[in-house]
Formats: sequence, structure tokens, C-alpha cells
Amino acid sequence: MGFWERWRIPIMLAPTMAVIIFLFIGGLTYGSLVSLGWQPIIGRTEISLQAYENIIFSEQYASVFWQGLLLTIWVSFASTFLSAVLALATALLLRRSFFGKRLATFLYQLNLPVPHVVAAIGILFLFSQSGLISRTGAQIGIFGYPSDFPVLVRDKFGIGIILSFVWKEVPFVGVIVLAVLQSLGVDYEDLARSLGANRWQRFRYVILPLVMPGLLSGSILVFAFTFGSFEVPAILGVRFPRTLTVTAVRFFRDPDLNARTEGMAISIIISIIVFFLVLGYMWLSRRTIRKD
Amino acid sequence: MAPVSSRPTARKRLARVLHYCAVVLLIFLLLTPLIAFFFNAFSFRWFYPQLFPKEISLRAWESIVAANSKVPEALLSSTILAVGVTFSSVIIGLPAARALGLYSFRGKRVIEFLIISPTIVPGIAVAMGLNINFIRWGLSGNMLGVGLVHLVPVMPYVVLTLSGVFANYNPEYEQQARSLGAGVLATFWHVTLPAIFPGIVVASLFAYLISWSQYILTFLIGAGQVITMPVLLFSTASGSNNALTAAMSLVFVAPSILILILTARYLSGKSSAIGGFGQL
Repeated sequence: MGFWERWRIPIMLAPTMAVIIFLFIGGLTYGSLVSLGWQPIIGRTEISLQAYENIIFSEQYASVFWQGLLLTIWVSFASTFLSAVLALATALLLRRSFFGKRLATFLYQLNLPVPHVVAAIGILFLFSQSGLISRTGAQIGIFGYPSDFPVLVRDKFGIGIILSFVWKEVPFVGVIVLAVLQSLGVDYEDLARSLGANRWQRFRYVILPLVMPGLLSGSILVFAFTFGSFEVPAILGVRFPRTLTVTAVRFFRDPDLNARTEGMAISIIISIIVFFLVLGYMWLSRRTIRKD
Repeated sequence: MAPVSSRPTARKRLARVLHYCAVVLLIFLLLTPLIAFFFNAFSFRWFYPQLFPKEISLRAWESIVAANSKVPEALLSSTILAVGVTFSSVIIGLPAARALGLYSFRGKRVIEFLIISPTIVPGIAVAMGLNINFIRWGLSGNMLGVGLVHLVPVMPYVVLTLSGVFANYNPEYEQQARSLGAGVLATFWHVTLPAIFPGIVVASLFAYLISWSQYILTFLIGAGQVITMPVLLFSTASGSNNALTAAMSLVFVAPSILILILTARYLSGKSSAIGGFGQL
């Protein structure tokens, strides 16, 4: 075997792996070291769990961290669940043939290239107390003043954040499901129908198992993204509680370099949580798919 | 069964009407946030109960093209970054995609897992870790450093898209071209490239979109020196000038929507690639 045959694959993989190893793994590793108190630039070379202890237990940070964790988990689970359900429903809606289907499918996908920063601003324009919906309500006499409109953005339950994620992710997951549905055709369903399956049975036992892998892989991406997203909660969130990413970035940008360690520790905690939740989710979903 | 389908019953007609209503409602809900940008961008002194702005104004647009506007510069930075990231990511990812698409080898699954892992781990941990070293290496606060960090979220989608194309690619055509006397470059240009071109279009689309929309990585590595459109928009959105924020948002999303429309025919049904949209 010649040199080229032996080393062909490693050489082809090298450029991509260099990016992954130096930038991605290198960044994560160095970040973990910083979170463990290792900052040679300011003369700290001892490893300790002090930053993690501070975040989790200290009076100064504990409530910021735990309330933030709760909010982050709530927002990302709610957004993922709602996006997945609505994506499935809307994909089924667009799957049937009807006049104007091409136009409807095109408009459905129109927000895919819209960045999350813009999505958050759009939700602000729509749902703020003097936003378009509030104004529409005022026109038909439901609200007299902006303050009559419920606080749906910059609220402490993260409703604005969830709305903006759902708006962005429904077409995203929907397009994945739609691609699967389109490739299936109607053969399976016709077969099930001829065997006497009713509408619900055809959905539950024919369509759902077939679209499930696509639906799950799409919602994994949504979950991981919403958990680590910064722009949307930064624009649509409140001062307390803040999501973990927003707190991490604030600490990291703090003029006091010691807070940087805490900021780094929070972002490492976010990565660990996302990693294990995604693993668990994949394990669970694989079991569910196999059972079906 | 036949008579049922030839003459729609009242129930079927009702079902069709309801289906139409649902589709119209869905599209309406998806478009209203976008419509809100147009309302805001052309409004001036748009007082509360008014649904439509009484005074239509181009003030926001004038300040975008004004001499002291930061928008043209931000558009330029964003464009240079996105184009640079797109080109380099495709060149870096192409050989790896070929290796993953065409060959099976030991450790392939580990390599695949490593390459897609940036789609799951949030970017802020990576960017914060790189931040300190980038300052030391002179990569903080300039386009080169920001472009390098953009490669992290971009590479998985470029490699994933292109390896999908290579999985359905027959390398024997290359051998035939070579045996007929074509050089390595000529073979790539006339045989390989045309065959994988649709994949390159889709990969470039995602590389461009992900880089163009990136806020937090640019913010953390750019250190206030690299002002791209999302960075400028974010700081404008923190102020109270809704008209300017809206107009700027429209300028920011217009190229992305245009590029999507132009490349839509290459995109149909490629569910593995569509994942890239989740990163914007």
C-alpha cells in the first residue's frame, strides 16, 4: 500500500478536524480550565471548584443561578414541546393537496432565514403593551390604555421568549417533517385505510411512527439551541430572573476579572446540562421509535 | 367507494373550507411579525391607539443612508465575513465530506460525532474559552479572529450537506477522465465539481446564513471592534427608536430572504441540510 492510499483519509479529514479540535474542543477545554480558576494571565494557576461553589451555594449568586436555571429549563422545554406539536400539525395541514399549496408552503418557509435577533424584535413589535396586537384590541375597544394589555414580553415567565422561539422553530421543524411526509406518498395510508383504519388510527399507527425520527431530530436541535441562546432572552427577558446564558455573558463581560471565572463556570454548566439532556433525549427517543 | 369521490358531500366541502381557514390563519400568524417591521419602519409619531401610522415617514431610512450612519460599514463587515467564512468552510470541508461520504474506515463514527457536536454544545462556552487566548494571539477584535470562530457553528452543516452529496457520487467517472488524460485539476473542474455543485450551493447557503446571523460569537470575539449588522442591530434594539430598529432589521434580513429564494430549487427535500436553519 502506497503512502497516498494509507494516509488519504487522515489527510482529507485534517483541515476540518483542525477546526474542530483547535477551535471547538480547544475553546471548551480552555474554558473549563478557566472555570476551575486557572488564569495564568493574572497569576492564578491553582485548580479549584471555587467558582462552581460560589454559583451554586453562595448568597451572592445562588438565587441568580437557580432561578435562572429554572427559567432556562422552562423556556427551552416549553418552546421545544410547542414547536414540535405545532410543526407536526401545520405540516399535516400543508401536506394535503389544495389550490395555492405552493404559495402557502413558500410563505410557511419565509421566516427560516430570519435571524433570532430579528425574530425577538418582531415579537416585541407585536406583543409589547403598545404593540400591534394591543393597538388592534384598542381599535375594537377591548383596551383603553397600553397598560390594559397583559405583559407578554419582558415578563418574568419568559412568555415573550417562548413566543419568539415558537414562531422561529415551527416552520423549521415543520419543513423537516414535511420533507418526510412528502417522500412517503399516500401508499401506506391507503393500505391502512383499506384495512379499515380510521383517521386517528392512520395518524397514530402509520404517520406518527414514520415522521417521528425527523420530528425528534429537529426538536433536539431546537432544544439545544434554545437552551444556549443569548439574543432572544437578552432582548425579551427581565432583570430577574435572567436565563443562564444572559447571566454568563454579563459575568464574563464584568470589568472585575474574577467574575469572568463565574461566567465561564455557568457556560460550562450550560454545556454539560445540554449535553446530558440531549443524550438522554436521544436514548429515550430511540427506545420509543423501536417500540413503535 | 367511487361515487363518494366523484360528488363531494356537504361534509367534505365543510372540511375543505375549514382546511383553507386553518392554512390562511397559519400563514397570517407566521407573517404578522414580519408585517410589523414594515409598520414600524415607515412610522413617525405613531401614537397608541392608532393601528396604522397616521404619518408615513422615511426618517428611519434617511438616517440609515446618512453620512454618519454605521449601517453601510456594518453591512460591509458582515458581507466580507460571510463571504470569507463561506469560501473557507467549503474548501476546508470538501475533502472531509468526500472521505465521509465515499469511504468507510475505522473510527468513522467518532469523527462524525465530533464534527456534528458543535451543533449541540452552545457557542458561548466555546467563544468564552477562545476569547482569552485570542486576545493573546492578536485574534481578538479583528475580522480574522471573528471569522475563525464563525467556522465552529458552520463546519458541521457544510460537511453534513456535502457528505450527503458524496454518498450518492460515483468516483469512477474521475478515473475514466484521468485515464483519458485529464489532469487532477481538469478532472475536478469538469467532472467532480458539476456533479457536486447542487450540494455546494446548499452548503454555501448555510455557511453564509449562519455567519451573517451570528451575534454572540461576534460580540465575544469582536470585543466591540468588529461591528457587523447583528451587533449594530442588537445595540439599536436596546434603544427606543423603533422605526430605526425596524428599518435596520429589514435591511439585515433582505439579502438572506433573497438568497433563499434564489437557491430554493436546490434545497427541496434535503432534510439533513435544513438543520442549518436552526442555528441562525
